[in-house]
Parts: sequence; structure tokens; C-alpha cells
Amino acid sequence: MRLRFPWTTNCGLFFTRYEEDQAFLPSRAAKIKVLCLFALLLALPWLVGPYPLRIASQVAIMALGAVGLNLLTGFAGQISVGHAAFMGVGAYAVGALTTKLGLSFWLALPLGGLAAALVGAFFGLPSLRLKGLYLAIATLAAQVILDFAFVRLEPITGGAAGLVLTPPSLGPLSLADDTVFYYVTLALTMAGVIFALNLSRSRVGRAFMAIRDRDLAAAMLGVDLFGYKLRAFFLSSFYAGLAGGMLAAYTRVVTPEQFTLDVSIQFLAMIVIGGLGDVLGSVYGAAFVSLLPIALSYLAQALQGVLPQMVNLLSACQTALFGLVIILFLIFEPQGLAKLWRHIKDYFRLWPFSY
Amino acid sequence: MFWQLLLTGLAIGSIYALVALGFVLIYKASGCLNFAQGEFLLLGAYVALTLVTTYKVPFLPAVILTLAVAALAGLVVERLVLRPLIGEPVISVIMVTLGLSALMRGIFQALWGTDTRVFPPIFPQEPVSLGGVSVSAVYLWSLGLAVLLLLLLSLFFKFTTTGIVMRAVADDQQAALSVGISVKRVFGITWAIAAVVAAVGGILLGNINGVNASLASLGLKVLPVVILGGLESVPGAVVGGFVIGLIESFVGGYLDPLVGGGLREVVPFVILLLVLLVRPYGLFGEEIIERV
Repeated sequence: MRLRFPWTTNCGLFFTRYEEDQAFLPSRAAKIKVLCLFALLLALPWLVGPYPLRIASQVAIMALGAVGLNLLTGFAGQISVGHAAFMGVGAYAVGALTTKLGLSFWLALPLGGLAAALVGAFFGLPSLRLKGLYLAIATLAAQVILDFAFVRLEPITGGAAGLVLTPPSLGPLSLADDTVFYYVTLALTMAGVIFALNLSRSRVGRAFMAIRDRDLAAAMLGVDLFGYKLRAFFLSSFYAGLAGGMLAAYTRVVTPEQFTLDVSIQFLAMIVIGGLGDVLGSVYGAAFVSLLPIALSYLAQALQGVLPQMVNLLSACQTALFGLVIILFLIFEPQGLAKLWRHIKDYFRLWPFSY
Repeated sequence: MFWQLLLTGLAIGSIYALVALGFVLIYKASGCLNFAQGEFLLLGAYVALTLVTTYKVPFLPAVILTLAVAALAGLVVERLVLRPLIGEPVISVIMVTLGLSALMRGIFQALWGTDTRVFPPIFPQEPVSLGGVSVSAVYLWSLGLAVLLLLLLSLFFKFTTTGIVMRAVADDQQAALSVGISVKRVFGITWAIAAVVAAVGGILLGNINGVNASLASLGLKVLPVVILGGLESVPGAVVGGFVIGLIESFVGGYLDPLVGGGLREVVPFVILLLVLLVRPYGLFGEEIIERV
């Protein structure tokens, strides 16, 4: 007779070697869980309708961007308030390369990521001398300056009207099809998540965390501060650029309003709500922040009979609730959804003993 | 043209200086960068406007009531939102003020909608002629009021016990604690004062431009000001305010017609980046020396 809760998977796991402890999927049960999750994600187009599927694609794009920001802010500890602008650079690069130069989307996407990464690394240059609040303000300047560039560099960006893209295709399959688009985004986001997870276990990831925890101590251990900070900016903006390129293919129009300061703040909210320095947390956070306004608008429609004025107040409520959620998370669960999820798992793992 | 732009720049700059002062006070006392400063501006403008237009309160009592409301709001925010985060990393404190700004913006939108509202004429409408330059009276009033308030505040910090206590806390929290100063109380007072100066800025700007949610964007415009002056420096905030106000005014007057607008919003941030590259702690900021 086993008292163990039937769904627990990690009981009695005692690693004897460092490699085992650091393994990507440490146990058989973990492998099974990941496979189940993967199967579920693959089967999603058959499980839900077209609208939820589009939302899922959007969440996946945002998750890719959020993972990028988490590498920079959560792992390397460099606060960036300009992530949406870097995403915009990627989106505009993809838009301009495909519409003005007639390049294939599949070539333009990595180039867009690279363009964003280079711009991001350029604005990361002040991180040589700045830290904390001052760096946050410098990245804010990047956001404002790039916003201005999006509107004013009309020959490239199309100004306030933006760029209109034709949906790219993958062989015989067109990305205008929601299912195809979902699979492409899913593949890209999964690749991004797995790369970030692996990076966090590597020399680079450990250097990032050392810089975050105490930059002076890291420098004394021989970590090249400036080099690694620039690498963090480069990588994070590369993610942002890819996400921007996918967003361009998703909305099929690139306009300056898609990449404002508010979006940068949303990205920060995603990683704070999801969990700083937790790769999967940024995915949860991206889902939470993207779904919150949608859930609220459904609620408003459902309550239309009872509270007719709710519909008028919807956008105000969405903004206020967004702010409130950030505040509550920071006060009550600063480590975010990832930590909450761990609490829930621990509860079941230790069941029926609560300690 | 030149004198016109100079006076406008000084007037706007004086308001920047006021708002930046609130920013710097909070930063000095508690090391927290308040991204919601713009929303406190909006709070002052909306409350004053409602009192004057809806409840027909005369302007002066309305302003005093508004300042009381702002001070209370500052205290409440400090107690409920900021105090639980004392000692948390920088990113948490930045994020919580960003969240606060979203929360306040949402509440204001629910209460006052999105239309631009205008104050009933309070300052004389006809422009004042100053040595051949005609300036609208509101600008002169705001310049005068802002300078007066800055003087009052510097006297407050110099001579009153509360002011001295606040300076002590800003200087060294542990030393302040050890001589029996309640640092928490000082944080509260700091937020109240910052909210009050922001509200004054909001009322003045509301009289110049009308009141709508875009007024809150001033909270971000103040960042170049405080960086230019240095985050820890009160005189720096004042100097930075006037400098950025003048630069904006001149860029708006001379360069914007050449490129078709929008440059005045960006140039302060370009200056910010340049200042940060050359002097990472601003013009008057406290240089932290670290060696490896």
C-alpha cells in the first residue's frame, strides 16, 4: 500500500552526479509529461475552433518575445523598457524586406531577427557604464527614439500607415491558414523555449546569472561583464525580432501603434507575472497577460444584462485590472506564476503530509 | 520669435522642474523611481477640474482641496503599494510603479472618460505684452507659481524639522534610524509632497493645454530632466527642468517646421542618451565608485 499521491512523479529521486541533476528531463515521468503536453499542443487545432487557435498563435508569439526579455532581464538582470521597439525593428525589417525587396519570408525572418539584435546590442552599449535605474531609463530612450523612427522613416516603414504584407507560404501551404500558422509559430516558440532552457544551464547562462546577482563579484570571477551584457541584449533582441516578424505575418500589417511603450510594459508584466529568471514562467506570463483582456471582454458580454455600462468601461477596466494584477503579484508572489505552479506541485508531491 | 520661445520654454520648464522635484524627492528618500508621477499630475488636474466645474467651488479653495486630496493619495499609495516592497530588487519597484500607473489610468478613464476637458478661464485671457513680446498670462502665472513653490520647498528643507529629517533620511537611512527618525513616516511624507507638487504641475498644465489622459505622458518626459540633473540632486532637477523646457521649446520652434514635427518629443531623449554616455550619473548626480 503506497500512501503516495498517484500523480506525483518526482518522489525518491536522488541524483548522485551533477549531470543527472542538471539533465534536461531528469526522470522518466518528466519525459512522459512533456510528451503529453507536446501531443496536446499538436492536437490543439482539432480540439478548439478557429478563434481560440488564432489566440493560441498570438500567445505563442508573445511568449517568444517574453522569453527573450526574460533572458535579458530575468537572467542577466538588465532591465529593458524598450523590448517592444526591438520587436518593431524585427517586424519592420521583415515587412520592408518582403514588400520592398521581394525577399522570401523565410529569409527575411532571420534577417529581421538579426536586425533587431544589432539594434538591441547598439542600445545595450550604455550598459557598459549604466546599471539598474539608469539603464532602464536609457532603454526607455531607445523606445522613444525607435518609435519616432518608425513613424518618420517613411521610405522604409511606410510612416503612420505602415506596411501591408502578403501572407507568406511554406511550399504548398499558405500561412494565411490558421492551422498552418499555428504550427509554424508553435515550432518557432518551442525552439526558442528549448534554446533558452539549454542556455540557462550553460556557461553563458551561468555568467548571466552571476552578473544579475552581483556584477562586481562576477567580474572578479573573470566574467567579461560588458561582453556578456551585450550578448544578453543581442540574444534578447533577436528573440524580439523573430517575434516581431511572426507578428507581422500574423496581423499582415505593420504599424507604429503595435510597438509602443505600453507593449514594452506588457512584456515586462509578462515576465514579472510569469516569474523572473524562469523560462517557462515567461510562457505562463505571456498567456496570462494576453488572455486577461480577452477574458474580461467575455465577462463584460456575459454581464451585459446585469451591468449594461460594463461594456463602455471595458477598456478602462482592462487597463486598471492589468495594473492591479501587476501590483498584487509583486506584493504577494514576487516570483510569479512559475512559483505558484511549483507550490501546487509541491502540495501534491508531499500529500498527505503538508510539510 | 526668440523671446517668445524663451518665455514659453521657461514656463514649461518650470513645470518640468516641479514634477522632476517630486521624482527626485522620492528617489532620494526611498531609492524608488516613480513611473506613476504623470498619473499624480493627472489626478491633481482632474480633481481640481471637477471641483471647479461640477461643484462650482471657487478656484483657490478648490486648489487647496485638491492638494489635500493629492497628499492623501500619496500617503495611501506609499502605505499600500510601496511599503510592502521595501528591500525588493530594482525591477520589482519599477514594475510596481508601472502597474500603479496602469491602475490609476484605468480608474481615471472609468471616472472621467477620454474627452479633453478645459478649465473655465481663471487667468486673464488677453496676452500680456512684455517688452514687445506678447505672452499668454497663463505662462507667466505658471512660471511665477512654480518658482515660488520651488523657493518654498527649499526653505522647507532648510529650516523645518520635517524637512531636515527628510534630508537626513535621504543622506543615510541607517544613521537616520539610529537617531530615532521614523524612516517609514518620512517615506509617507515624501510621497505626499511628491504628489502635491505633481498636482500643482497638473493644475498649471491643465490650464495651458486642457486635461486628458495624454497629460500623464509628462511623467515620462520628466525622465530626461532628472537624468540630466542627476537622480539624487534637487538643484539638478530644477536646472534640468529649465534646460529641457528651453530645448523643447526651441527645437519645436526652429527645427520642427523643417522636418515636419515630432522632433521636440524625441530630442530630450537623445540628449538623455548622450548625457548617460558621457556622464552616467547625470550632471549633478552622486557618482558611485566601484572597483574590481
